[in-house]
This record gives sequence, structure tokens and C-alpha cells, in this order.
Amino acid sequence: MTTGISSSKSIGFSAACLAILLVLPLIVPQFYIYTLALIFVISLLAMSLNMLVGHGGLYQFHHGVFYGVGAYTFALFITKTSLPAWVGFLAAPLVAATVGLLIGWFCVRLTKLYFGMLQISLGSLVWAIVFRWYSLTGGDDGISGIRVPSFLSSATGSYYFILILLVLCLIAMYFILYSPFGVTLTAIRDNPERCEALGINVRHHQLIAIVIATFFAGIAGMLYVVLERSAFPDLLFWYLSLEIFVMCLLGGWFTFPGPILGAAITEALKIYVGIYTEYWTMVLGIILILLIFFLPEGIMGYFLEKLKPRDSIRVPEA
Amino acid sequence: MLRVESLEKSFDGFRAVNGTGLVVEKHEIVAVIGPNGAGKTTLFKLITGHLKPEKGRIVFKGNDIAGQAPHKICKKGMSMSFQVVNLFHRLTVFQNVQVAVLSHQNKTRMLFSLAANQSVRETREILASVGLADKADRIGGSLSHGDRKVLEIAVALGNYPDLLIMDEPTAGLSPEETASTIDLIKRLSSELGLTILFCEHDMELVFSIAHRIMVMHQGRSLIQAEPNEVKNNRQVQEAYLGVSD
Repeated sequence: MTTGISSSKSIGFSAACLAILLVLPLIVPQFYIYTLALIFVISLLAMSLNMLVGHGGLYQFHHGVFYGVGAYTFALFITKTSLPAWVGFLAAPLVAATVGLLIGWFCVRLTKLYFGMLQISLGSLVWAIVFRWYSLTGGDDGISGIRVPSFLSSATGSYYFILILLVLCLIAMYFILYSPFGVTLTAIRDNPERCEALGINVRHHQLIAIVIATFFAGIAGMLYVVLERSAFPDLLFWYLSLEIFVMCLLGGWFTFPGPILGAAITEALKIYVGIYTEYWTMVLGIILILLIFFLPEGIMGYFLEKLKPRDSIRVPEA
Repeated sequence: MLRVESLEKSFDGFRAVNGTGLVVEKHEIVAVIGPNGAGKTTLFKLITGHLKPEKGRIVFKGNDIAGQAPHKICKKGMSMSFQVVNLFHRLTVFQNVQVAVLSHQNKTRMLFSLAANQSVRETREILASVGLADKADRIGGSLSHGDRKVLEIAVALGNYPDLLIMDEPTAGLSPEETASTIDLIKRLSSELGLTILFCEHDMELVFSIAHRIMVMHQGRSLIQAEPNEVKNNRQVQEAYLGVSD
């Protein structure tokens, strides 16, 4: 792990942020509450992707698929069955992780870019199924008007639900990334060949990481449905996957909280630049170009490096 | 402990290793020498499973391990330090060694515990024994070349191997660093009772610490014998030490 945020300062900072977010619905208009909740959902998705990209060195190019699978699973459980809602809440991440296991099982046999290419192909296959299977998924119409449990029906209700789940997931992710497994995963990212030589079954560890990350993506998908009350095939389209990939790079992919910052910036741009021009992606594109040249480790990567003592920060090109 | 018999490996028709044989007994320090391109590194990679041999047997502790995956061979008690430094650049010095210890203790799949509380004592011991304890919190990639070569050995030690294989442990080191590495190798053999197999360019180093020496030339093993015998062998002198009449 490159950047520890376990110091008391960062715990204090996180607690202060959480306190502000908890009282915010009492003061600000509902539109902002909805926007924040959406950012939380996307943040969770980006964080789950970064477990693989930043910490695992796996180019999971089409991570959005598992978000979509989580969303559809939850939506279908609510609309097509009469089971209680909590079954849907549990099923969404489990089904996403199962699909993650299936796709990952093939992908870990390849490395680097080839891993990413196969992952895009298999992911697009899932998108095509969702897009075409009218009788189950409603095809390109998607599923809308999903009735969520009554405690989630108000904007503040779903805001708090999403915030609490986000915090729980972040704590879980933090512990996973700083566990022996997490350290091993970062070692595999840095040098898979050496890990093999140290007796570590690289593919097996990568597959475990994929299952964990897709599980969290499934939770994010379910939270999206809680917020939007609908699911549609765009959730599984490659465009979204690209967007969250950019969020990880933008925020700082070698840091723990970087993707949250990336998600917040991207979503805010989408909303505020989107008011003036429909070409808001151009602004994102320019930011991305600047990023590649000036902040290759992302915004948070840059600032965390500035704050660290001089001799421990230089990381040469591996 | 290790017996290699008539091993063969080619790259695009070039026989890098051609019927090589090698024997390493328990607690021995065995050196492999030979000119550049003699096939030393290829031989080591075949033994550790990074390359698959075409023919021949590699018997380690009584089992034929030829062609097995590196992580399986490693678990049998063999660990390698690499010629070109091969570390985890973004991890700290401590974590570099810790990963090896975690692997040895089968803890790499532990999810519900903090790494900061696992395998700490063992990792600190290894760092202290190679003299890197005071640099434990540095990022691996920020170390000097000399320290990285030492860390390279420390990572291999994290596996608690019975057989430690070192591919040119002193390549690119200053005379002082070389001296301390020789000292370290001697201590590993005498204090920990490790069996060591290494290859090296530095003749002085080889003849000063190896119990037995195997000479490789064009993928073949010319001789495997005690240092004095190797020095006086006519074939070796012609092929390698550059003496001819």
C-alpha cells in the first residue's frame, strides 16, 4: 500500500466529512441531496473498480457490467417476484460477484492488455443479453417505476441509506486492502513474476480480488436502483466503464480515497458544465490530457506525495 | 538435495542449455561459472520453474519437479534471488519481505486481519539479519542499487528456503558492497545451514566461498568439482580461464 491514511488526522478528517454529510439534508435543497446520493453511488462503483486497477494492477476495462448486473438483479427481484425486499438487497451483490467469478475465471488466464480486451468482450456479451432479452429485462426500455420499501421512498430516506452503505463498504474495503491479502494483491500488481517465485498463486489471488470488487459493484448497482427506481441497459454499456476508469486515474489510483474525488469531480462537471454545453466531455477530455502530462498519479496521488517526507516518496518507473 | 540430469532447453533453435547436469548436496555452497551466454541464468530459471525444460530431470528432495509452476516449486523449499533486481517497487522494504513471509505461512488469503499485525516478528528478524532494519519504512524502489540487491536476497529468505538460488548476487556492486554480500552468504550458510546455489562472474568470490564449482560452457557442464581441481583442469582453462598453449 502506497499511501497510508490510517493516521489520526485522516480519521478525524473522514469523521468531520461524515458529520457534515449527515446534517446536510436538513439544510440544503433536495436537488443537491439527490446529486450527492448519485455521487455516493458512483464513488462506490469507482472505489470497487480501483481495488482491481489501482491496487491489483488488473485492467478491468468493463467494470460497469457488474454494476448493471447488480441493478438488474435488484430490479427484477422487486418487480418479478413477491419475495421480501431484503432478498433483493442480498441477491444483487451475490449475483454480480457470481458473474464476476465467471468472467474473471477466463480473464485471469491472460495478462495486462489481453486481460482487459477479453474482459471488454465478455462484458459486452452480458450487455447484449440484457439489451436483447425483452421478455425478462424489457430490452432497451429497461425497467422503470420500481417500488422500493417505504423507508426509502423519500429523497432523504434513500440518501441516508446510500450514505450508510457507502461508509460500511468503504470501511470493509479499507480493511481488505490493508489485510495480508491486500498487501499480497499490491505485490502482485508491482511484480506478478516475483510473486510466483515466492510461492503465491497469482491467478487465484487475482480471481478472489475480482469476486470481491464485483460484489461491491453489485451493491453500487442496487443503490442506483434505490435512488433512481429504474434500470436500463446503459448501466452495462462500455461508456460508463470508461468513465469510472477515468475517475480512478483522475482522483489518484494508487491512493485509497482517490476514486471518490475523481467521481465527485466528474459528476459535478457533468451537471454544471452540462448546463452550458452538451459537450461537457470535452472539458473532461482536456482535464484528462493535463492529468496525463502533469499529474500521472492523479490529484490525490500528487498531494499525498507532497505531504510525505522527502526520501520515501520517489518511486521510479517500475 | 538437488540433482539435475541431462537438461535441455532451446530458444528459436539455439540450444541454451544442452545436456547440463548438476548436483547440490545439503548444506553445500555450489557455484556455477561460465562465460556470458553459457546458459547459467537459463539453467536457474529451468530449476525454479520459470522456464519449462524440453528434456531431462530436475530432482529436488527426491521428487522430479521439471516443468512445474514456480509457485509450486517454491513451496517445496526453494527460493531464488534475481540478477536483475526484481522487487515490489511501490511497497515498503518491510512489505517486500513481509509478502514472502506471508506466502511461506500461507496467510496471503487472509482478509479479516490487518497486515500490520501479521508476520511482523519474522519480517523484522530477516531485515535485521541482512542489515536493512533501519530502512524498513522506505519505499523499495527508492533504495540504492546495493541495498536493493540485499533486499532481493532478504525477499528470497522470507520463504525460509532450504535451497537458496542466487543469480549473480554481486552484479553491479562496489567492492565494499561485494565484501559485505560475501560475508552475508557465508553467514547464511554457517548460521542458518542454508544450501546455496549461485552463479557469478567474480572469480575471486567464487573460489573464496564455494565448496564445489560447476563450469558451464555453451550450455554444457564441463566439470563439477572442488575449487582446486577446477582451477587445474585443462579443459576449463582452455574454455574459460583463457589459458592456452
